[in-house]
Amino acid sequence: MELDKIAKKNLKMGRANQEVFAETIENLAAADPSIIAVTSDSRGSGKLVPFGQKYPNQIVEVGIAEQNLVGVAAGLASAGKKPFAVSPACFLTARALEQIKNDVAYSDNPVKLVGISAGVSYGALGTTHHSLHDFAVLRAINNITIVVPADNFETEQAVRLAANLKQPIYLRFGKKSVPFLSEENQTFEFGKGRVIREGADLTIIANGETVQHAWQAAEVLEQQHGITTKVISMHTIKPLDTELLDDLAKAAKPIITVEEHMVNGGLGEACASYLFQQGARNPFHIMGVPDEYTVTGSQNDIFKHYGISCDGIVAKATLVLKN
Amino acid sequence: MSDKELEKKSVFLRKNILKYIYKAKAGHTGGSLSCVDILNVLYNKVLNVDTENFRIPDRDRYIQSKGHCVEALFVTLADRGFFPESDLETLCQYQSHYIGHPTKKVNGVEQNTGALGHGLPICVGEAIAAKLDKKQHRVFTLLGDGELPEGSNWEAFLSASHYKLDNLYAILDNNKQQITGSNQEVMNTDSLRDKLEAFGWSVKEVDGHNLNALVSALNNGPFQTGKPNFIIAHTVKGKGVSYMEGVLKWHHGVPSTEQYELALSELDAAEALIS
Ligand SMILES: Cc1ncc(C[n+]2csc(CCOP(=O)(O)OP(=O)(O)O)c2C)c(N)n1
Ligand SMILES: [Mg+2]
Repeated sequence: MELDKIAKKNLKMGRANQEVFAETIENLAAADPSIIAVTSDSRGSGKLVPFGQKYPNQIVEVGIAEQNLVGVAAGLASAGKKPFAVSPACFLTARALEQIKNDVAYSDNPVKLVGISAGVSYGALGTTHHSLHDFAVLRAINNITIVVPADNFETEQAVRLAANLKQPIYLRFGKKSVPFLSEENQTFEFGKGRVIREGADLTIIANGETVQHAWQAAEVLEQQHGITTKVISMHTIKPLDTELLDDLAKAAKPIITVEEHMVNGGLGEACASYLFQQGARNPFHIMGVPDEYTVTGSQNDIFKHYGISCDGIVAKATLVLKN
Repeated sequence: MSDKELEKKSVFLRKNILKYIYKAKAGHTGGSLSCVDILNVLYNKVLNVDTENFRIPDRDRYIQSKGHCVEALFVTLADRGFFPESDLETLCQYQSHYIGHPTKKVNGVEQNTGALGHGLPICVGEAIAAKLDKKQHRVFTLLGDGELPEGSNWEAFLSASHYKLDNLYAILDNNKQQITGSNQEVMNTDSLRDKLEAFGWSVKEVDGHNLNALVSALNNGPFQTGKPNFIIAHTVKGKGVSYMEGVLKWHHGVPSTEQYELALSELDAAEALIS
């Protein structure tokens, strides 16, 4: 079943979010010399080569040394600069975790941590290059906003807001081109989920590169099964949009969460924890990468394998609604 | 194996690196070509390892810290008989164990690597264990020069000399380049020899494409009793393919069909010169 083909034609294709990130800080840097990109031999993957050429005094290269990257960024922030520390999400949030916890979050230095090629973007490069732990570890650290934009619109908004944010923030971007998800809903605010599709029978909460699959699944569910699905891009995992979750609790319809993260400690568990402590009765299902040795292959192979795909979500939704 | 055979093997391994990167449409070409002579020498002249019984405790250890150059490792292991070369047809495919970095699911691979700056500390642990158990085997790692700024390397440099690990050999693939540019531009590690000696290591420098020089450096340790051994292997990124040598984009560039054929013809010509 090539369900995604049915749905895809309705979405306008954009670029990779990490490309839009780079373009946005390039634009911001022109007017604001305090914006500094900090890189760890990562400017190529971060699409920051033109930035470095245009603003040689606004880029600090530390070499392959991610702990140093985050420490240096903390110092720059403390001295009044607006540093974007850019490195693959896997290294940034594992190797430099103590610097994030102590030098950024605990010491309240407003570094903008930018995890690129996140999740399983690096596909067949394997587990060393995957970040399926970053939501979980960062959620367990106080004083850091966690944002995972789904499309180019959300990315640009998030980067612009992050530039002037006075608190630490983690922005997570994927490597692949993503479609624009909603022409109608052009509002973006940290901590406020973006409803990209309305529906009454079921809600899918997703973030980042998985939202497009949720949208496609909703399209197929409507066309083929007459099921209407609300789709939420929950771009901010922390702080979570509890108002939106309260509304879902009231409606008591089934909820499926989808994320490019291990099922432990991510978006799904964040929503579940809030909802169930409020006494919510919604049937609730978390989709993501299970707690096992991750299957090998491209990002697409891995998504398909674990059902993080149009087909996979449709299958899950129909099962959930049958029970 | 004769000198000529060893030289021919280097050419053969280079061709296989290109073959499987070309097939998989992914891989770290430049750094695989710069370190493959080192791997050839290690696996065919230096390491005491058994393809049938890889995990026997007395084996020499080789941990590839610059894991991204897995193609050089895989073609060398296949040639040495650790697994059929045809397995590499599945490189980077769905559900294959042959992924873009070393994994222990592949026979002959000692440790899972790929995040830089991990190989040396693990080797320090292996070398301490060998000393504790009064074993004679040696422990080898291969580092990238761009990898050196990772702080974990310098922590391990200290531990290795502190514990007098003269059974430990760190080989640097000193191709002078990383992704963004030269090591000097990105993060300067000049006077490396002085730095390492100050950290208590015994250092030798060799031409990393001179097989005899590598054999004699790697088989004649320890250089000084009670000191860990460091071999700075001067290499060329992309070695063996004229249009790749020293050209940054070949760090992880994949050749087109024409480029692949041109590379093979250059390697054929190099092979013909080995009489
Ligand atoms: C901890 C970590 N940071 C970043 C990377 C991404 N990366 C892979 S290869 C590479 C450049 C390595 O340069 P070098 O060590 O000189 O390798 P070589 O030139 O031999 O290919 C980088 C930055 C990584 N694999 N691990
Ligand atoms: Mg190098």
